[in-house]
Amino acid sequence: MTAQTLHPRPRLLPLGDSAWTVEFGDDIAPEIHARVLGFAAALAAAQQDGTLARELECVPAFRSLTVHFDPARVDHAALAERLLAIAGDSGSLQASGAAWRIPVCFDAEFAPDLAAVAESKGLTPDAVVRLMTETEFTVYMLGFLPGFPYLGGLPAALDMPRLATPRKVVPARSIAIAGRTCAAYPWQSPGGWRLMGRTPVHLFDPARSARPALLAPGDRVRWQAVDRDAYAAIEARCARGDFDPDELRAREAGA
Amino acid sequence: MSGLIEVVDAGVAVTVQDGGRPGYRSIGVPLSGALDPWLLAAANALLGNAADAAALEVPLAGPTLKAVSGTVRVALGGEVEGRLISARGSVRPVPAWHTATLFPGDTLQVGGVARGVAYVAVGGGVAVPVQLGSRATYLRAALGGVHGRALARGDRLPCARLHGDPWLEYRAREAPPRADGPIRVILGPQDDHFTADALANFLGRPYRVSRDMDRMGMRLDGPALEHSARGAEIVSDGVTPGAIQVPASGLPIALLADCQTSGGYPKIATVIRADLGRLGQLRPGDEIRFRSVSHAEAVRALQAEAEELARWVGGIESFRPPGVVDEAALYGDNLISGMLRGDEPFAGPA
Repeated sequence: MTAQTLHPRPRLLPLGDSAWTVEFGDDIAPEIHARVLGFAAALAAAQQDGTLARELECVPAFRSLTVHFDPARVDHAALAERLLAIAGDSGSLQASGAAWRIPVCFDAEFAPDLAAVAESKGLTPDAVVRLMTETEFTVYMLGFLPGFPYLGGLPAALDMPRLATPRKVVPARSIAIAGRTCAAYPWQSPGGWRLMGRTPVHLFDPARSARPALLAPGDRVRWQAVDRDAYAAIEARCARGDFDPDELRAREAGA
Repeated sequence: MSGLIEVVDAGVAVTVQDGGRPGYRSIGVPLSGALDPWLLAAANALLGNAADAAALEVPLAGPTLKAVSGTVRVALGGEVEGRLISARGSVRPVPAWHTATLFPGDTLQVGGVARGVAYVAVGGGVAVPVQLGSRATYLRAALGGVHGRALARGDRLPCARLHGDPWLEYRAREAPPRADGPIRVILGPQDDHFTADALANFLGRPYRVSRDMDRMGMRLDGPALEHSARGAEIVSDGVTPGAIQVPASGLPIALLADCQTSGGYPKIATVIRADLGRLGQLRPGDEIRFRSVSHAEAVRALQAEAEELARWVGGIESFRPPGVVDEAALYGDNLISGMLRGDEPFAGPA
């Protein structure tokens, strides 16, 4: 099945005159994502050793990677050829980023869709929280909003379509699900995903200039259920600027 | 040793914008920057600024700005005009494509924008702090600009103090010329998600910009575009300003400067770089047509645009604003020395 979802050869797609998208498959699947990560690593290596221009901006996604360039300075055809050559040569790379344990409060106030998800799946709310916290999610990509992670690995038992009518306002730091994917909204925004909880932790902080986004593609995430008091305590520390996100890195053994 | 401008009246939704914030799309940070980078470059050229120096982007009503310290020079670009009210109360018009020099206490009132967006460029660029490599304001994540938001009364904008001749202004006799006709696109990356009829409609029929628009994108009204059997959703992939998404409704959405970095709707086509500024100038009710071009044609269009702009910049001329005595002639005739302009303190020859 996975062999069918990977393209026999990477496809090159034009995103206007200033970006190329190199696509490896059609699905959200670990095998396809591993090709994207392998390609990203090969591009970074080529930029490092000077065989690919550093000014190119390489943006990995679920099943493809988009390379942004300045058409006034970069020859589109030569770049296309080079990208396809690198894509053909690059292999797969298993996700091997950091492991995180991120606190989430699943109280009803923060999780307006949790009860409905539980009911439609024939589960108790506690069982849903258990599924959410026992799963190790993988960060497939960041996109949509600064620091917004798309997390793969949601159990099939929680597979629900998006809301028929998106909310106009999803509160910042909401944890949400749609299909087989989980996500966290770093910012208040409109959104159609189902809201299952909220984290007190900032997922994007421009003051952390070396690493403004907490998560990176390839990272693994477990949600850790916390009660209102623990949530409030961490929230207060974050507001004071007195919370080091490295506290959330999980011990590797058994993670 | 810098100049300082105070915002006396904020106008409506005026933001600091520059060439954008590349380099952070992989962590979901939009490019942002000017809706019309080409117009920004032209306005900056009048002041000798870099093409992508930060300026004020004015979508509707313009701001009123007062020089607090330093002699500062400004220039208006776009379909807008202003007036300069000196500290002593004299008033003179400031047309678009003319620089004007503000001495401390002078005020520039920028009027409403007749069409599209306009820019208020300031000497040396608006020197608000750089955040993640850019001064561009991105409202949703409160990045760049003045505390990541639109201008507010009382804001203070640092800029460069004028070092040249404060009595010598610059102007272009005409607005910079730009291409007209259909907005040029390159089909894809998901043109295979549409029927042949949909492609024919997209390229053959006019669309109208709906009221549903902001710096992130604009919804277009017109013939609904039918998706092929491949469907109206894709696994999210990269997007960029100019990408034209078509959700299940069949009505296209053209993405603009603040657009998200990835999206899950098929993109029928993407506007070429040379026409992004024209796209950014559109307003609700405007009609838009699309034409498909090749990569080679897109490159030629970008070159032609750069050449046109360079030619226009070459035609910028200096002038003495009305009411200001021709200093050089006076010195040349050795008639006076001292006060040159009745309503201003003499700043002295540079």
